[in-house]
Amino acid sequence: MTETPPTTYKAKDFSSDQEVKWCPGCGDYSILSQMQKVLPELGIARENIVFVSGIGCSSRFPYYMNTYGMHSIHGRAPAVATGLKMANPDLSIWVITGDGDGLSIGGNHLAHLLRRNVDVNVLLFNNEIYGLTKGQYSPTSEQGKYTKSSPLGSLDHPFNPLSFALGSDASFVARTLDRDPTHLREVLQAAEQHRGTSFVEVYQNCNVFNDGAFQIFTDKKQKAAHTLSLLPGEPLVFDEGRKGLKINGLKPEIVDLAEGNSLNDLWIHDPEDPTKAYLLSRLFGEDEPRALGLIYQEERFTYEQAAQNQLEKAREVIGPPDLDSLLRGKHSWTVS
Amino acid sequence: MSDQIQTLPKVTIHFAGDSGDGIQLAGSQFTNTTALAGNDLSTFPDFPAEIRAPMGTVAGVSGFQINFGSEAIETPGGRPDVLVAMNAAAYRKNIGSLKSGGVVVLDTAGFDKRNLKLAGYGPEESPLAQKPDHLQFYEIDVTKLNREALSDLDLGRKERDRSRNLFVLGFLYFLYHRPLQPTLDFLRDKFESQPVVWEANKRSLRAGHHYGDTIEALTRYRIEKAELPPGEYRNVTGNVALSLGLLAASVRSGRSLFYAGYPITPASDILHELSRHKNYGAQTFQAEDEIAAITAAIGASFGGQLAVTATSGPGMALKTEGLGLALMLELPLVVVNVQRGGPSTGLPTKTEQSDLQQALYGRNGESPLPVLAASSPADCFQTAFEAARIALEHMTPVILLSDGYLANGSEPWRFPSTEQLNPIQPPLAANAPHDKTPYRPYQRDERLVREWALPGQAGLEHRVGGLEKEVETGHVSYHPENHETMVRLRAQKVQKVAHDYPATQLVQGSKDDKLLIVGWGHTLGAIKVAVRRMREKGHPVAQLHLKHIWPPAQDLPALLQSFPQILVPELNDGQLIHLLRDRFLVAAQGLNKIQGRPFLADEIEDEALKMLSND
Ligand code: SF4
Repeated sequence: MTETPPTTYKAKDFSSDQEVKWCPGCGDYSILSQMQKVLPELGIARENIVFVSGIGCSSRFPYYMNTYGMHSIHGRAPAVATGLKMANPDLSIWVITGDGDGLSIGGNHLAHLLRRNVDVNVLLFNNEIYGLTKGQYSPTSEQGKYTKSSPLGSLDHPFNPLSFALGSDASFVARTLDRDPTHLREVLQAAEQHRGTSFVEVYQNCNVFNDGAFQIFTDKKQKAAHTLSLLPGEPLVFDEGRKGLKINGLKPEIVDLAEGNSLNDLWIHDPEDPTKAYLLSRLFGEDEPRALGLIYQEERFTYEQAAQNQLEKAREVIGPPDLDSLLRGKHSWTVS
Repeated sequence: MSDQIQTLPKVTIHFAGDSGDGIQLAGSQFTNTTALAGNDLSTFPDFPAEIRAPMGTVAGVSGFQINFGSEAIETPGGRPDVLVAMNAAAYRKNIGSLKSGGVVVLDTAGFDKRNLKLAGYGPEESPLAQKPDHLQFYEIDVTKLNREALSDLDLGRKERDRSRNLFVLGFLYFLYHRPLQPTLDFLRDKFESQPVVWEANKRSLRAGHHYGDTIEALTRYRIEKAELPPGEYRNVTGNVALSLGLLAASVRSGRSLFYAGYPITPASDILHELSRHKNYGAQTFQAEDEIAAITAAIGASFGGQLAVTATSGPGMALKTEGLGLALMLELPLVVVNVQRGGPSTGLPTKTEQSDLQQALYGRNGESPLPVLAASSPADCFQTAFEAARIALEHMTPVILLSDGYLANGSEPWRFPSTEQLNPIQPPLAANAPHDKTPYRPYQRDERLVREWALPGQAGLEHRVGGLEKEVETGHVSYHPENHETMVRLRAQKVQKVAHDYPATQLVQGSKDDKLLIVGWGHTLGAIKVAVRRMREKGHPVAQLHLKHIWPPAQDLPALLQSFPQILVPELNDGQLIHLLRDRFLVAAQGLNKIQGRPFLADEIEDEALKMLSND
């Protein structure tokens, strides 16, 4: 059913005829444009791609993609995607959600999607604020945040989305940012290639209600000291090679490489180690570098595949459908 | 033996005992055997909401009632003719409702000091010493006799006592001339891998039967075959019939079934039943909650499957937002509500018809959708098939109302053959030609139905969503006139579903009668009995029963308006009656019962006669 060989797609083939209506300067634009650039490289026929979203600024995303899409209801996109993937396992499904949609109203569904390991990609646009409802604190906002709904400061302790994903047994966990297009594209590619639920947290700037929330991770002058780029098999180094991370038992330790610490002593990134992945997700404090890239990945059977296998097994064991004998059942009698 | 034999047109037996006494098994085996013997029948189980309510107490009594006969049986019967009581609590709970001249079969071992106390009898009370003398008693030490029958088997006392129910069942088979073989076959299949248990069960059943043979001067009963319309029959419960209706609709539409559910009483059996038929390509998804169940179903529907979710009242409340989405997307979806007593958690194991208004009106915005109600356990098949047909052919969510009474009740079902089921034709989109014009997903045909274009179909890429859509293109639109147009289009589309209905038929009576009794759902049987009796006595009473509640049949207003009096019996505080008054301006009167228990035909008859005499 492929209309054009997928390899000939260009980014513009993936942009719909709808006017994009995010605020000028919103981080969502960058994510949309990187997505449109990545898709032609993935070799998937356009008709087999579906974007499913919930409610929020990020959830308008499907309207702007010239693929199949569903803008569903608040928080429920993971469940919609589960049903759709079970109905048609050949589809490439992308769940677009935000911190409020995915972690507040839809936290339950997200956790269950991750543990089931349905083969879909989840992009959680985290802007640490409710944008569409005009600026209330979100479940990822820092405690004490002053917003319209928290004039005296918010009381809530924030979620750590990566720890949440790991705690839900996600099989692919990564973090990237709107302001680093190359990194963003690489992570999107890896997410699509992973079989199972890929959870990608994207730091996304809401320049209207929470401008600069991630500035220290994106600003040219500050980012080196505050971010840790993860590369499998490589030592954990940051701040342009000046600092590194060692692991002391189960305690990460920041060390100064100038002070006689050698690269050989550093923690080597192993995305298949769930314990260390969790420790990386916990680098969340102000004086700790924020990990970016692939934190964790494991191969695990996907839910829709297991479901398909059951259907096949049932056909083998019970036999092909035979409606007449099903309706007749085991004990029937004839009245003449 | 000088047994007397008496022929009866029908009998109602109520089995009662502790939750752990195997009452449901004894009841369903008696039912199966009776169905195979050619009687018409109707059954209804009545179990406590708690899985293991305190042993020996009235709260822990589990019941099963069967009404069977050579005449047409419409309900599980009102007051029973026979009570089987495995202990004092079961006796205490049910003895008052037994018909005068009725028969009691009881296990005397269940009436010892401890059991009497647990049942709430005082130290001075001795129910067996103060038996009502209009009843006939079979006081049998079932426990002792059954232990003796199994004495040489390698089984503990507890395991031996487990087959007491079969001893009693064997005795009843003797009383009612039923063959043992169907139950023996069932037990063999069930316990094939446990030879000692199989042997014990077999012996208990036979011992009960022999016991009947050895006691003197017993009255035995014969119930001749019923005159059912010719055809092939089986016995079926509402939940099983409903599941089969969905599978049949899947086969006849060529759309694989996707069923999503969250465990809830009394709907869970649909999930259990469907999960056994994966060879039909039917997927069952046990979701994390009711909301996920309906939204996963919506996802599957977007993907092209016959999507279904079932629940009961509280779960239905949670599915409301999902229903609105499906309605807005205009995707096919069947949502089953197996109603129970409400509000809130209410009476989980009791029956009620109190979610009709929720089905009709319980959504935000202008959001009409088709609502159907099943009227008997077997009718759950046809109604489920019809609900799926409407959903698929009219691209709309449909609500199907069942209830606890239908779900767990059973009756003989003259099942159809595949050819008797019309094919279902969903409006699948044809693959698109290679032109550059964007696909218009909300273009409509003459029935105002849009096409079903599925992800994977090239050239038909489109976006759907819960925001208001522009006519035809489906683009997001906040335009004022467009919104009104779309609201009206969606409502008219649903109205047009009524074009498919056959002409409305009265169940009994004619337009010349004075009083019309209008019902919906499981009250069909009780109303039928009441109306039949009144008509036999010459009263001008007719009966109408609605399967399609929304949209109403086009010939319904004229029919209703032709009767001077209308009575609407409902197991709620008056719900359908509001619709009838509101839509058709008829002066209908309600008869309402809200006790978690079905109507007795007498109650309907009394009210109808009162109305006729007031006229
Ligand atoms: S409110 Fe914030 S997140 Fe929403 S579109 Fe505007 S800038 Fe972007």
